[in-house]
Amino acid sequence: MRASFVFSEVSTGLRRNVTMTVAMILTTAISLIMFGVGLMVVKAVDLTKDNYLDELEVAVFLTDEISKKDTNCTAQPCASLKQDLELNPAVDTVVFRNQTEAYEVFKKAFKNEPTMLELASPQAIPASLQVRLKSPEQSGAVVKGFSERQGVSLIHDGGETVDRLVDSLRVLRNVTFVGSLVLLLAALLLIANMIQISAYTRRTEVGIMRLVGATRWYTQLPFLLEAMVAGAIGAVLAISGLLSMQVLLPSGFANQLENVVRFPGTFYTAFVISPILLLTAMLISSLVGYVTLRLYVRH
Amino acid sequence: MIRLENVSKVYKTSTRPALENVSVDVGKGEFVFVIGPSGSGKSTFLRLLLREEVPSRGKVFVSNFDVAKLPRRRVPRLRQTIGCVFQDFRLLTNKTVFENVAFALEVIGKPAHTIRKVVPEVLELVGLDGKADRMPRELSGGEQQRVAIARAFVNRPLMLLADEPTGNLDPDTSQDIMLLLERINRTGTTVLMATHDQSIVDSMRRRVVELDFGRVIRDDARGVYGYGH
Repeated sequence: MRASFVFSEVSTGLRRNVTMTVAMILTTAISLIMFGVGLMVVKAVDLTKDNYLDELEVAVFLTDEISKKDTNCTAQPCASLKQDLELNPAVDTVVFRNQTEAYEVFKKAFKNEPTMLELASPQAIPASLQVRLKSPEQSGAVVKGFSERQGVSLIHDGGETVDRLVDSLRVLRNVTFVGSLVLLLAALLLIANMIQISAYTRRTEVGIMRLVGATRWYTQLPFLLEAMVAGAIGAVLAISGLLSMQVLLPSGFANQLENVVRFPGTFYTAFVISPILLLTAMLISSLVGYVTLRLYVRH
Repeated sequence: MIRLENVSKVYKTSTRPALENVSVDVGKGEFVFVIGPSGSGKSTFLRLLLREEVPSRGKVFVSNFDVAKLPRRRVPRLRQTIGCVFQDFRLLTNKTVFENVAFALEVIGKPAHTIRKVVPEVLELVGLDGKADRMPRELSGGEQQRVAIARAFVNRPLMLLADEPTGNLDPDTSQDIMLLLERINRTGTTVLMATHDQSIVDSMRRRVVELDFGRVIRDDARGVYGYGH
């Protein structure tokens, strides 16, 4: 096989149908960008979950009465609540946080928001038992039953918050995946179209090739490569698009987002997502190319 | 070289067979005219040899190939032993004369140094030396057909199939093309030519196979066109 011949055919083919090629490349690129964002969100779900679960605590807030009277959890019912929690095998540690300590934590969390600090006083913040779990996913099962106990005013289950956050991330992921699927379908049809047009404009060449006894590889490889090259260009565009989105995103916005959701870094995009996108593009374009050639181009 | 044994071909869309019980034997180095009115089966005859079609019944042999039974992947091998020339030349308009001829070798994977050597030789054989860099549109009809013949012959096929090669040419030019085909035939290449051109058939006095409604109605060793009508 003469590579120079095949490559000159490929480049002629791509230039001859330049509008079609550009349309296909752009559609592929956009669908891959969406697919890439979907993959990033999948990773973000994991990262975010890990991040939150590491620090996940269940706060068992105590009633005002206990908060005011029992400042070190030695009296009933605080002491028995603490003991019962500690006896639970799923629980790692239980720490009592009285009103003064709670206020300190609050001050730290809202140090940049003076109005919040002005509004709050140590007496407004209830004492709590901060429960750390051995396996954070089981938070729901552990706290169940304690909300009805005497002395408990409210249970804040950090796990629920994480679940809600993760759920909304999953919606985002599904939306991007569905969007990328629709666009991918458009890209597939464009690839099929591109090959048909290419085969039509080159029908004399292909006819002659068949007559002089060129093998199927010789007649069809240029079309297949054309689709694959266009697919690869689309993938490269998508990858650079994703990376520049990550790099150029205003850092303030990124930081703010970072407090809530952990997104994977550019390293992950470059070395995990990019190869996936490139492979997907090449695989799909060559597959569609092959099927189209079988269906539409006689050998 | 070519043997058809009781070959019939029925197209799905047609009520009568395109070829019916045709048996023809062509030896190596022969020059054969296949004549007959439009729709008599000449093109089907040629297409069967190229394995563009498979017979509905009967057997087709071309050199050592049992054409109808040939697996698809070996069809290119068969076609490499056959050169083809058509009425409409079928040149690539965006390639030069040299590139058109070279194309036939490139696509079967011949190395560049072979191409550089044999293309000028065959262009000289067909009388186009010095016109290698011309584009097809700069050539006369006769010259374009010579390019097509050069392309068909450059791989030194065992046989040359010519489908109305003079159909678009004036009588003088046609005569030149026939001389060229004769010259190719003298190199030992079997030539099979489908034609309507009475004067050419009459003047050449070669073997004539006449088809009518898909049947062989005449097979003369040294025939003329009009006989049998």
